[in-house]
Amino acid sequence: MAQSSAAARKGPEKFAKPAKMTVALRVNGVERKLTVAPWTTLLDALRLHLDLTGTKKGCDHGQCGACTVLVDGRRINSCLTLAVMKEGAQVTTIEGLARGTMLHPLQQAFIEHDAFQCGYCTPGQICSAAGLIAEGKARTADDIRELMSGNICRCGAYPNIVAAIEEVMFGKAAPKSGEARR
Amino acid sequence: MNNFEYARASDVADAVRRIAADPAAKFIAGGTNLIDLMKENVARPSRLIDITHLPLDKVEETKDGGLRIGALVPNSDLAHHPQIEARYPLLASAILAGASQQLRNMASTGGNLLQRTRCFYFYDTTTPCNKREPGSGCSAIEGINRNHAILGTSEHCIATHPSDMCVALAALEARVLATGKGGERSIAFADFHRLPVDTPQTDSNLRADEIITAVELPPKGFAGNYSYLKIRDRLSYAFALVSIAAGLELEGGTIKAARLALGGVAHKPWRVPEAEAQLSGAPATRESFQRAAETVLRGARGFGHNDFKIELARRGILRALAQAARGTPQSQSDKRIK
Repeated sequence: MAQSSAAARKGPEKFAKPAKMTVALRVNGVERKLTVAPWTTLLDALRLHLDLTGTKKGCDHGQCGACTVLVDGRRINSCLTLAVMKEGAQVTTIEGLARGTMLHPLQQAFIEHDAFQCGYCTPGQICSAAGLIAEGKARTADDIRELMSGNICRCGAYPNIVAAIEEVMFGKAAPKSGEARR
Repeated sequence: MNNFEYARASDVADAVRRIAADPAAKFIAGGTNLIDLMKENVARPSRLIDITHLPLDKVEETKDGGLRIGALVPNSDLAHHPQIEARYPLLASAILAGASQQLRNMASTGGNLLQRTRCFYFYDTTTPCNKREPGSGCSAIEGINRNHAILGTSEHCIATHPSDMCVALAALEARVLATGKGGERSIAFADFHRLPVDTPQTDSNLRADEIITAVELPPKGFAGNYSYLKIRDRLSYAFALVSIAAGLELEGGTIKAARLALGGVAHKPWRVPEAEAQLSGAPATRESFQRAAETVLRGARGFGHNDFKIELARRGILRALAQAARGTPQSQSDKRIK
């Protein structure tokens, strides 16, 4: 990480070494206790402390959506929150969506619609889509595109991602813009 | 990120006590901007005071018939709150025009007000920036300044305020409630954010020992005739080049009251009461809108790459006022501008 020019001139800043903290999270239905430094993001806690590497680190700045998980049922960017702030929270990652060997309908639809190429953004796309469905605000394909805009796919699989989500939400292609569906 | 200590505030008084005791500490709520700035080494707090457990998450009616929005109400909850959708759709629309749903789920009402500029020189610690390092100079004035301000700039800073929500709050004449060592006070939205002048490191008039507890909306919401038009480089998930919040109160073809605020053009949401006064009593026609646009943009100045914003803002104002007058606000889902 680049040092600020001010910091470089003044030499290293003196910071106390804060003690690590214990956090209890319920991750994919399982109670997990971990001991982390305060600056550990929820993303790093999942990947490095709990070995749940399905959640991906893309930009690490909240711009790409690869780190999307559900916290207490709401989709968030896990790279922009601290694990210590989520004490007692229910976290669902891509590893927690399937029921045994039964894939989550979104996982199945992503396969059937060929909704990915390299797959790196896919866990975030699927968790985000699960959040979108739970929110219940999308009525049209335009709505889906708008409400999925926080998930970038550099392979450009967007048309198939939208089709996969449409199928899970509506059973088939959504109406075009303006034709609200009930 | 630098090492920092972490503490939870137990109530508002405790939060004030903790922030007053450590000038290098910062409050954290949604974290969507602060953690990003910490990762970029732009923010280096000694301590984070977690305020997410404070009871500031309600939307309540005020005595005068307005609404009081707790500082911790998430942006997404606010945009979809039935009272906001019904009575203040301009605010709902502006919120949904900003960020992504993941970020709106995290971001708080108070934090949205305190977002820092997305000027890339502010973020780039290898370049001079008066906002990040006072006295070091402004890299944007003679640098790449396509996204920068055209109004209210100074020789020290041409950064813009990034919020969409705040543009609507400015148009609606919201008030900001803050609590500090000296007690609670209410700040008019127009007086909350600052112009850069010669201290661009200070974004707002919130005091160092104060915490935002709520935002209050007055009863008048301009729900019948409004539009939030955001013009940007991508259709979604991009900061505004120019955005316009417009609210009209009409009687037949005559404007009884008007509100107009611009985003993406200045260090704070840009509002010119004189332009609104010109609209008041005028017919809701293109000629009236044109006159208001000229007044709003009086003194606008480009810095090279952003010269186009002046004409873009002028056309945007005409379009947003026309959308408001017709009662056909800009959709934040179907992006065609009609």
